[in-house]
Parts: sequence; structure tokens; C-alpha cells
Amino acid sequence: MGRIGVIFKRELIGYFATPIAAVFIIIFLMLAGAFTFYLGDFFARGQADLISFFDFHPWLYLVLVPALAMRLWAEERRGGTIELLFTLPITLWEAVAGKFLAAWCFTGIALVLTFPTWVTVNILGEPDNGVILASYLGSFFMAGGFMAIGSCVSALTKNQVIAFVISVVVGLGFILSGYPMVLDVFSGWAPQFVLELISSFSFLTHFNALSRGVIDVRDLVYFLSLIGFWLFATALVLEWKKAE
Amino acid sequence: MESMVELRRLRKTFGPIVAVDQVSFTVGQGEVLGFLGPNGAGKSTTMKMITGFLTPTKGTVKVNGFDMQTQPLEAKKSLGYLPEGAPAYGEMTPLSFLVFIGEIRGFRGAELDRRVAETMEKVNLDGVAHQPIDTLSKGFKRRVGLAQAIVHDPVVLILDEPTDGLDPNQKHEVRGLIKTMAREKAIILSTHVLEEVHAVCTRAMIIAKGKVLTDGTPAELEARSRYHNAVILRLRGPLPDGVQAMLEGVPGVKKAEVIDEDKAEHEYRILPKDGQPIISAVSQCVHRQDWDVVELSVDRGHLDEVFRSLTIPAQALT
Repeated sequence: MGRIGVIFKRELIGYFATPIAAVFIIIFLMLAGAFTFYLGDFFARGQADLISFFDFHPWLYLVLVPALAMRLWAEERRGGTIELLFTLPITLWEAVAGKFLAAWCFTGIALVLTFPTWVTVNILGEPDNGVILASYLGSFFMAGGFMAIGSCVSALTKNQVIAFVISVVVGLGFILSGYPMVLDVFSGWAPQFVLELISSFSFLTHFNALSRGVIDVRDLVYFLSLIGFWLFATALVLEWKKAE
Repeated sequence: MESMVELRRLRKTFGPIVAVDQVSFTVGQGEVLGFLGPNGAGKSTTMKMITGFLTPTKGTVKVNGFDMQTQPLEAKKSLGYLPEGAPAYGEMTPLSFLVFIGEIRGFRGAELDRRVAETMEKVNLDGVAHQPIDTLSKGFKRRVGLAQAIVHDPVVLILDEPTDGLDPNQKHEVRGLIKTMAREKAIILSTHVLEEVHAVCTRAMIIAKGKVLTDGTPAELEARSRYHNAVILRLRGPLPDGVQAMLEGVPGVKKAEVIDEDKAEHEYRILPKDGQPIISAVSQCVHRQDWDVVELSVDRGHLDEVFRSLTIPAQALT
């Protein structure tokens, strides 16, 4: 087990040593269920698929992932453990990666625990389980995207409330970047390729492609490079502000 | 003596504020260097640069021969650090926390278990091994912080206010621990408590406004006190007039001050010229006069007075 692994293990166990794990998982499962069956009208649709389940994931993550991410660095800084961590013989990158992977893995655990929904749809009908698997994969990668954004914002401030609010706003920007609400800000003055670039950043576009069962490498690369970018930014921010 | 920590022209600025200015020194094996200075003098900032948490604006730090800028991992492996306030992950237990630190430092299996167990025993944590750190008293938390700093038996130990907030018994314990480790390590500690310098340090450095004002043994520092080698004399009365003048007539005496004077007892502080020993001359005088002596002792000097006389002018400059 390398040093990233040691940090990963400590962080992940840390979630379960506090009420965070229980609260997060219960709320996530309750909301996922409520959205699917009430807002998504799972039964009335009469379709053997999980579209009404996955369609709400971006919005669930928008609120819940920043709640998890806000403590990543803000808490290290508030408790002074950041000083401990960065005087241990590890690199900045190992710390950033280890903590992020643990948080991401934790959302993965919450996601896996939604399996009763999958069981239900399999009992009621004959869904395309390939599509469902692709959707789960897409959902997991999207959660990673939200988490990486949250990691960077959390590194910016000691205040967890501020970290939460800013992460939600940035996340919303990424969800909606293909929509007029965001594009209108740029249209009129920014050149066309910029508009296309911005709309290509949309979480929804890439997630929807995956959740329709099309595992396109480009969509996965999109989420992975997004995660890489925000983690790189996290490391830069930490280097810049770790003493504050 | 081989130098384990080497600072060369270290400087740190935060915007317009100069926190540490041109600090250079080396610390060798067997030395316990005490950092003294008012709050905000740059003690913690200097320690944070030695341990690699802060990047110096200018200058270099070498730990165990490794440059903190170019070989940070090797340098950090050689040192243990207790940050101010002994931060730790509160939801962890002392045991799981030490295992984590040990694993990060590369120990596995039986070696890890042995080191963690030994360290827990050394700092007396066995009784609370399985309680969350958040629920522990301040003294125990400090011991957890010390334990994580020494679990890998580092050659260099940096302790930022290791006894701050502890009760006298706990202070005594921590100092004892530092002393037992002193011989084979190079230790730098910061403190506000001047008696600590006597208790554990082989060398003391006063820092103010980011600059090193003095650097020497605690005894050398005390020698800078105006009370160094002064004689405290307590006599039982009634006494004839002119005792004070008589004392001032003793060779080598600069001045005799009355500390306390009532009917029963008279107490004097007799200051020497240029810090020379005057105890034998004073004692001869006392003997000749046949005064009834209650106390006759030499003052080694007052660190707090030296501290004030050095740091207050430095602060007043700005």
C-alpha cells in the first residue's frame, strides 16, 4: 500500500467513524427514492428502465456532494492538521489524490446502495441492464466531477459554509453550461468557438449520453480530465494558501 | 559536532510584513535549542520553514543534510514535528492515529506494531489507546502530538510550545521525556516559559521582530542580567545605622539595594561591578560586623529580566 493508499484508508474510515457516513447515505437513498418514485413517476411511466432514477442524479449531487466535499480541506485547515499532513514525508499531490479518492469512493458506496431500485425494476420487467450499468458508471464519474470541484473550493477557505455555497454555484454552472441561462452571459460578445467550448463543458450533455447506454470514451475522458483539472487546481490553491 | 539542522539567511515575508529576517544557525546532535521570544516574534514561522510547511521567501533549510526545498521527502523523513496546539484527527483514537502516522512513514506489519506500542508506552498513552482523541484532556492530546512526532525515532525533533497549557506535573513529565531523548537527537523547541530553558535546554536563542537577538547557553544568557552574581543578604535586626553604606564599601560592590526592611528582618540585594563574583568579599564583611545572618545567597541572574531588556527595545523600535 503506497502513501496515497494510507491516506485513502484513513479518510474513508474517517467517514464511518463520524455520523457523516450514516447521514449522507440515508439522505442520499431517501432523496434518490423520492425523486424516482414521485417526481419521476417511475410506476406511471410503465417503462422497465431507470431513466427516472438517473435523471435526478445531477441535482442530487449538486447539493449532496458539496456537503461532503466542503470539509475536505476546510476542516484540515480549521483543525490545524494541514500542518501535520504537509510536514509528513508525502507530496502535495499524494495528499490531494488520497483525500479525493476516499471521498469519491464514499459517494460510490452510496451509489451502490441504491441497488434495491435496480432489483425492483428487474422484478417488474426486463430492463436493459447494459444501459443501467452505463448509467451507473456515468453517475459515478459525474459525482467525481462535483467532488473535484468541491475539493478545490474547500481548499480556498477555512469556512465550510462558504465552501458549500460556492461549490454549489460552480456545480450549477457546470450542469447548466449547455443551457441559455449560462450561454446568454457569453453570447453577443464571445466568439462562437467559446460558446461551443462552454456548452461542451456541460455535465448534463455528457451524463445524458452515458445514461442512454452509450459508453463513449470521450465522455469518460471528459469527466476524468475535469477531475484532473480541478485536483490540479486544488494542489495549486493549497500551495498558495496553506499557511492562512 | 555534526550539524543536523542548518538555516542559512532564512527570510519570510507575508506581504509587507517581515516575519523572519536573515536567520542563520546550526543545531547539532545532543543540543536542545530553546526558542524564546514575544508572541509574533517569528518563532513559529521559523519552525514552519524548518519543517517544510512554509516555503522561505529567501534562504535555505537543511535537515540531516537534506535541503528542504530540493529534497523535501528525505528531509521530512528525518524529522518529527509537534505543531503548535498539537493538532490531530479528533475522530481517531491515539492508537489508530499513531498507526496512520507510522504507515505514512513507511512502517508495516510487526515493525509498525512494535514502534506504535513502544511510543505509546513512552508517552503514557496506554490507558486511553481506544478513546477518540476529541474526548481526551489537553495533557493527553499533547502527548498524542508528541507521540506522532517520535514514532519513527527521528534525528531531528521540532516542538512548538510542547508544554503550553499543561499542569505542572504534565510539564515535568514532558520535560523529562525531552531530556531522555536529547542525547541522540537535535531538538528545537519554542517556549514562553523561561524556567523551561533551565530545565531542558542546552542553548537558548531570543528572537524578536524576526531577528536573532542572542544565542548562547542559558548560563550565558543569565550572565547578561544586571542581577548576575548579585548577593542576596538577609539579616535579623535590630541593626545599627549605615548597613547599606557599609555594604557598598565592600570591594567590587556597585550598589546595595534594600529589598525589604522591617523591624525583625532586613533584606538587601548587593549588585556587583561588571558581574564579578562578590560573595566572598560580602561574606567577610558580614563576618567582621558579626551580623546575625538568616540568608546569604548568590543570584544567578533572571532570564525574564534579560528577556524583557532585550525584547522590549526591539519592539519599541517600530
